[in-house]
Amino acid sequence: MPSVVTANRLTDGIVVYLATDGSWTEDIAHARRAETEDEVKALEADAARAVKERKVVAVYPMEVAVDDSGVHALSVRERIRASHRTTLTEDWYDVPL
Amino acid sequence: MYRYDEFDHAFVRERVVQFRDQVDRRLAGQLTEDEFRPLRLRNGLYLQLHAYMLRIAIPYGVLSPRQLRQLAMIGRKWDRGYGHFTTRTNLQYHWIKLVDVPDILDALADVEMHCIQTSGNSFRNVTADPFAGAAVDELEDPRPWCEVIRQWSTVHPEFSWLPRKFKFAITGAAEDRAAVLFHDIGLKIVKGPNGENGFRVFVGGGMGRTPYVGLEIRPFLEKRHLLSYIESILRVYNLYGRRDNLNKARIKILVNQLGIDKFREEVEADWAASPRKDEIDLPESELLRIQSYFAPPDLVPGPIVDEKVEQRRITDPAFANWLKNNVRPHRVPGYCIAVIALKQPGRTPGDATSEEMELVADLAERYSHNELRVNYTQNLVLPHVARADLVAVYDALVRVGLAVGNNDLLGDMICCPGLDYCNLANARSIPIAKEIAKRFEDPKRQELIGPLRLNMSGCINACGHHHAGNIGILGVDKKGTELYQISLGGSPKDDAAIGTIIGPGFRAEAVPQAIDTIIETYLANRTGGEDFLATWRRIGPAPFKEALYGAV
Repeated sequence: MPSVVTANRLTDGIVVYLATDGSWTEDIAHARRAETEDEVKALEADAARAVKERKVVAVYPMEVAVDDSGVHALSVRERIRASHRTTLTEDWYDVPL
Repeated sequence: MYRYDEFDHAFVRERVVQFRDQVDRRLAGQLTEDEFRPLRLRNGLYLQLHAYMLRIAIPYGVLSPRQLRQLAMIGRKWDRGYGHFTTRTNLQYHWIKLVDVPDILDALADVEMHCIQTSGNSFRNVTADPFAGAAVDELEDPRPWCEVIRQWSTVHPEFSWLPRKFKFAITGAAEDRAAVLFHDIGLKIVKGPNGENGFRVFVGGGMGRTPYVGLEIRPFLEKRHLLSYIESILRVYNLYGRRDNLNKARIKILVNQLGIDKFREEVEADWAASPRKDEIDLPESELLRIQSYFAPPDLVPGPIVDEKVEQRRITDPAFANWLKNNVRPHRVPGYCIAVIALKQPGRTPGDATSEEMELVADLAERYSHNELRVNYTQNLVLPHVARADLVAVYDALVRVGLAVGNNDLLGDMICCPGLDYCNLANARSIPIAKEIAKRFEDPKRQELIGPLRLNMSGCINACGHHHAGNIGILGVDKKGTELYQISLGGSPKDDAAIGTIIGPGFRAEAVPQAIDTIIETYLANRTGGEDFLATWRRIGPAPFKEALYGAV
């Protein structure tokens, strides 16, 4: 199963993923995916560098599912993080998970 | 309410300057996250799922309209236009940027507020009866004592490195409306042997992973010895409390491992040996100074029946419902306490938008002598409303959708932010609360069910007080699936009890039906005017188990 690296942006805490171009994206669909053990290690090394450069905090790798409709976080927690906001104050609205 | 003196102002401003420097150093790379984390936690700043969360202390739930307007402004300017009131009567913003926090702390200091000791292993915000100073059943206003404890415990050097966080609640009323028995230390103001007021002291209550109801350590403590006595309790805890295991570090574990008699013996010995009692206990003059800040408003007694209210009650069932459930008697005839429930079906329990905060601040100014309270059940309270003004207050609440009359009914659920926001949570709680609210949306049905405390937490830390709910719901993670464990028979009141887990957990979509089944079982079994708890205590778990899981 492919892996991506996620974190929170240091300045505002927003959930981000390490993207293919080396930037940090809020959209999990643009996350750089690692398929092999070496690729995961490279991903983690880049993420560790970003921590040192004070771009992000709370970095960790996670497995994702990929299908024709896109990249999907696996756990409820990660689906909530990827959705960025799942409830509203004055509305019945909740993101279906 | 208490007003800062020069020392308070200088101290809070100094902390803001200090934290601004710490944030600057973090952003400049002079502090790592490991170094910065304990510093931000000392200032109520957490990193949660989606963003930073800032928790603002609302001392014993007392707010002025000016402060609430400032909280509304902060929500609008630096968050997403709302805040979340918690069971510690604090306010949390869930979408805060680290770079904005120093400015937010400055804005809070402008209205005599801060975030100190709202997280970490410290003495947390003291909570109190939300009807303090107004309740008809009150022996003595607990707020001056809350303020005494707040001043004493803030950055107290001996208790800045406790084994774990420490929570304190005080009531001066006959009815416990502050869940006093679920606190590390709970105080009830009672009459002593000579007719004077003093404290009945409880210790070792708490929720979380290992819930306990507090035990009486002293039936009566003279008021003048409050600080030296609780200092002895804290000292014994500091000395013997476990620091090797986070889950066993709260004072409740120590009290229950030693046994209350042994724990009492230790505390009394420490207290007796304390050579500095007189220096620690508060001088009478200082108590009088603090008490003067809590002088009751000048209320002129009026008629206890108001014609406009009576007419509206007859013609408007929704108003009648609000009057019955959300309006409580006041110690001064002609006045009432009005609860503004942040529990409209469809909304997140405890959330308030900036516009709603401003409206409530206006109402407090116009109709409640500039006083406001936050209830631990995540509602707001106008403590001094003239009966003749109730219709005007209600109509203003209707205009913004805050006039729901479900206080203390099933719809008045306590609900933690859960996995939609919280880093510690295992399961979502807000969507479950909304689904339950939808199922029981009909006010007539809630009225038929009667008083019921339904509490929900998204993890074992129990911020949603699920252990103390007549019906409690706990979200757990079972092999990647959210599962909800239901407990019955808890109570946060004087008859405090921890709920009993009724059986295997339910998947999220099955929870509303399970609650419905529990309610129908109660209704089918209740006799006379029994509330849920009375029926539960009489018939026990068997009928509920059978209804939920089938005959065994």
